[in-house]
Amino acid sequence: MSEFLQHLVNMLVLGGTYALLGIGLTLIFGIMNVVNFTHGVLYTFGAYVMFIVVQQLGLNFFLALPVAVLAGWLLGAAIELTLLRPLRGSDIDTTMLVMIGAWIAMQSGTLWIWGGVAKSVTTPFPESPLVLGPVSVSWLRLFVLAAAALLIVVTYLLINKTSLGRAMRATFQDHDTASLMGVNVDMIYTSTFAIGSSLAAAAGALLGPVYVIFPQMGDLAAVKAFAIVILGGLGNITGAVIGGFILALAEELGAGYVSSGYRDAMGFLIIIAVLIFKPTGLFARAERVG
Amino acid sequence: MTRALGLVRTIALATALFGGAAQAQTIKIGVNEPLTGAFAASGTYVVNGAKIAADEINAKGGILGKKIELVIEDNKSNPTEAAAVAEKLITSDKVPVLMGAWGSSLTLAVMPKLIEYETAMVVETSSSGKITTTGNPFIFRISPPSAVEAAAFKGIVDKLALKKVDFLVINNDWGRGTAEDFSKMMKDKGISIGLVETMDQGAQDMSAQLSKIKSSDSETVIVTTAVDQLTLIFKQAAALGLKKRIITTGGSQNPDQIIAQAGAAANGTMHLTTFLPWFPDKTPNPEATNYFISEWKKRGFEFAGCTESFRGYDGIRTVAAAIEKAGKAEPAAIKAAFWDINIKGLNGDIVFRKSGPEGKESGQSQPNVYLIEINDGKVEMKTL
Repeated sequence: MSEFLQHLVNMLVLGGTYALLGIGLTLIFGIMNVVNFTHGVLYTFGAYVMFIVVQQLGLNFFLALPVAVLAGWLLGAAIELTLLRPLRGSDIDTTMLVMIGAWIAMQSGTLWIWGGVAKSVTTPFPESPLVLGPVSVSWLRLFVLAAAALLIVVTYLLINKTSLGRAMRATFQDHDTASLMGVNVDMIYTSTFAIGSSLAAAAGALLGPVYVIFPQMGDLAAVKAFAIVILGGLGNITGAVIGGFILALAEELGAGYVSSGYRDAMGFLIIIAVLIFKPTGLFARAERVG
Repeated sequence: MTRALGLVRTIALATALFGGAAQAQTIKIGVNEPLTGAFAASGTYVVNGAKIAADEINAKGGILGKKIELVIEDNKSNPTEAAAVAEKLITSDKVPVLMGAWGSSLTLAVMPKLIEYETAMVVETSSSGKITTTGNPFIFRISPPSAVEAAAFKGIVDKLALKKVDFLVINNDWGRGTAEDFSKMMKDKGISIGLVETMDQGAQDMSAQLSKIKSSDSETVIVTTAVDQLTLIFKQAAALGLKKRIITTGGSQNPDQIIAQAGAAANGTMHLTTFLPWFPDKTPNPEATNYFISEWKKRGFEFAGCTESFRGYDGIRTVAAAIEKAGKAEPAAIKAAFWDINIKGLNGDIVFRKSGPEGKESGQSQPNVYLIEINDGKVEMKTL
């Protein structure tokens, strides 16, 4: 029983970060319809910004987080302006190839700058964990869960309750009509990509200190983010959050009670099942056809 | 026009000749290591150690009157790439001998290529038993197979009063091989084996496996993986309040990197290693060890890398000794010469003994194994 409770706590902590990865990608992949292969690199980038600010500049850990989010926003905006804007209107394959190229180039860039040896970031949290009966969890991970929850709520409100969010949804539903209604469509494309990117960087900045930081850390994260988005339904923020927790639960229980060797396979088995039985994702709204 | 063409042809011919002549000035050694991917840190250390050996040999005039040249290729921590890289080194760079490929799965992937092209390889790090028992006569291993590690560990299990152990190992030939060899040794000793948990080589979150181990009734966990994953395991074990004794194997722990990155979480952990850079005087070859460490520091590398990089250093010296003995840089002669060398490695004498099925034995030297413990952020030696 105590083992089961510990698995549940692990699931909550892991699920929060998966959710954060998922909502960033669902904005870009689900709403903008860009197969964003740079999501994992932006995650890595966020982690390295933490490393620079905390370890190399010696600044405060909590100050470094918003810096990483802002840096992710700027890098995302730069990618949109230089790579995606000239390609707008071209087919999805072309965009995908360009994004794969950007992914490889940026990953090689991090390897070139920081080398392959993993880095770690020191945090202000105590090393001894919080112990509640049979369950124990590190303070750092609790903080990560809280920060992820905050970012998720802020993103949800931004998309659903603000005029910027309305303009975003309008733009990607019908680009021309939104433009006729006075929406600055160019600005919306750039900000959506930048917001999605900043969420990826935030996830990296939060998880970098939990794990270790190295150039390929984003690869597995990106694969999981795509899985979460497909699980939750494209463009659905609530779906991505729930998808994140489902993936974490499948991994925890799969590793705990089935076989740890197949831990990462568990999530993908669920994806296959979802694609067979509910191809639009678990929480996709009915789509207008035609 | 014809004359111009003729001139071009002459220049091309001259370049080819000079090029060929320049090539023959050096003896190439192929180095097949993971410089990117999950094992990037370790592979890079090994390559840096190899370069120290090459520079040392060349500074003394090289071998057979020629300088040696390392042709270094990245196998990306990926077995498919490791095999492709070996093929490229042998067929395109025409190296007569190789060193590689760090991980057991990487080395095992390269092995059929060695038979295909009849080229020998010094295995500097891999510890899966399979490498020297499947009958590949082109393999010469200087690292201890996990059975040798287990045998060395046998002496101390009584002192540690082990009763029941769990395993947490990397899910590849190295990890699974270690779990097998150590289980066998421990069962003979009357120690019971509990859980055998695995993790993917790129996995970053081992909380699920550790939670399971936390609630088992064993008192010790044997962990086998490379340094980056070890750091994560120590941190996550501490966060879960896992109070069991942790012993790591495989010799790729880089204890100083663990201390730097896992902090207090590393205290109390024990590690089976194959080199003692902290206590050069206790190594089998103190003079060479001191030289190597000072050279390593002079080049500005992190001290933590010494426990990996010494294998690259020893590996290249082993290869050089075989070339010298062979008297010519040809694959067959070098392969035969490996059986006759006897050099002082940083971790004991490197002399190859036959291992594996008769008629197609691999070479295996018998390096030393040490047990160290991390206490208060410092490395202490335990007597085996």
